[in-house]
Amino acid sequence: MLVLGIEGTAWNLSASVVDENDVIVQVSDQYVPSSGGIHPREAAQHHSSKISGVLKKVFNSVDPESIDGVAFSIGPGMGPCLRVVATAGRAISLALDVPLVGVNHCVAHIEAGMWKTDAVDPVILYASGGNSQVISRRGNYYRVFGETLDIGIGNALDKLGREMGLSHPGGPKIEKLAREGKRYHSLPYSVKGMDFSFSGLVTSAKTLLQKGIKREDLCFSFQETAFSMLVEVTERAMAYLDKDEVLLVGGVGANSRLRQMLSVMCSDRSARFHCPPDHLMGDNGAMIAHTGMKMLTHGLKTDIESSKVKPDYRVDEVEIPW
Amino acid sequence: MVIRGAEAEVEVLEDRVIKRRREKKYRIKVLDEMIRKKRTRMEARIISQARRAGVATPIIYDVTGDTIVMERIRGELLRNCINEELSRAVGENVAILHENRIIHGDLTPKNILVTDSGLYFIDFGLAFFDERIEPMGMDLHVYFESLKADFDNHIELRLAFLEGYSGFSRYSQVVRRVEEIEERGRYRA
Repeated sequence: MLVLGIEGTAWNLSASVVDENDVIVQVSDQYVPSSGGIHPREAAQHHSSKISGVLKKVFNSVDPESIDGVAFSIGPGMGPCLRVVATAGRAISLALDVPLVGVNHCVAHIEAGMWKTDAVDPVILYASGGNSQVISRRGNYYRVFGETLDIGIGNALDKLGREMGLSHPGGPKIEKLAREGKRYHSLPYSVKGMDFSFSGLVTSAKTLLQKGIKREDLCFSFQETAFSMLVEVTERAMAYLDKDEVLLVGGVGANSRLRQMLSVMCSDRSARFHCPPDHLMGDNGAMIAHTGMKMLTHGLKTDIESSKVKPDYRVDEVEIPW
Repeated sequence: MVIRGAEAEVEVLEDRVIKRRREKKYRIKVLDEMIRKKRTRMEARIISQARRAGVATPIIYDVTGDTIVMERIRGELLRNCINEELSRAVGENVAILHENRIIHGDLTPKNILVTDSGLYFIDFGLAFFDERIEPMGMDLHVYFESLKADFDNHIELRLAFLEGYSGFSRYSQVVRRVEEIEERGRYRA
């Protein structure tokens, strides 16, 4: 079985074809803001101008006639971006006369991780630009045990990056600077039960920046504080749920310091730490294709009439039949 | 018997319990020590304050650095025996805590014991003092989320809690805030 997946909830437009075992092809094109952060309309314009080129490249390596289904990310994400992706999905599904399936973006991140790691029943840390959640499976649903009360960790890193004059995305540049940082400056550590928040951290970091502390030290302090919060809540969920596995997914999962902290925490409690390969870590078409395939094989498809995008779609709204 | 929680190591002896905040190797030392000391001191203060306010908590025997020694309470974890009546009693107790500006910070059925003489609140590891509506709403939010995560009758348990909590002078403000918090946690594009 071959399924085409299209992802474009935020800045990365990506299309991929997968079979049961692996990714056959994946083509991506990223929107780069001319200045500042992601502008939803500009990102959507980027997606609509690039989507035919991206799909053409995909169909250069896979014959469109061999596709058995089309999956697209239906949400959560930026409305204008989602609509571009949905339109493309509907058109291809009609043209090829194959079923269409709308995939929850967060579920897709998790399923890609479950696909390409040995994780069985993990606590999931989903760390990306717009989302930061600690999730675990219970029955036929993914349950959210803790989440950010304001902005996502990636968004927080990007805000700090912009404040420091770094280009989007700020995260990888902050990670690099943080490696040279030595001195820890105290920043608000905000964990409330299972939830956490980052906006106070961003505000305090701005104040420290204006005071002129070393940029390397600021990035170091910011990462240590923010990631400690994420790891702490992940560990609390493991203790609460008696689970001994962690799966890290989402774009910020590429950060090596976050990975290191999670793996130290896991080995400290004799737990296992999993994280999918890089091409399945950030937003990507393959995770949508893979999840779409699972949905289709379980008889779930999306009629054109009900394929309206869901910008606020939550991971815990989706029934998981597998 | 030693219980290793996420946050602390709890050694349960015949007549007392020793709670030591564990070093977290994933955190840098300076941040780790700061967090552990601060939380230990705050926890001891709050356990005794809550007790004076009329919420059953263990008696504190000693506090040093990252360690608290306290009375041993014998009972069943609320998580293993929760019902609507007990959830109502949780609400009554939380109303007293909030009336006294105590925010629990980790209000789940795993942190409460059921004894012959009623509920005991045994873990104030993440508690703090605050008189704002926001953190009170957070307490309820955390409790409701943990009910939702663990019990199929979570709606009934939530309603029972609210009955018990309704004695709190700022009840309606807090409940309105909980609804806002539930909205806010959602993804915004």
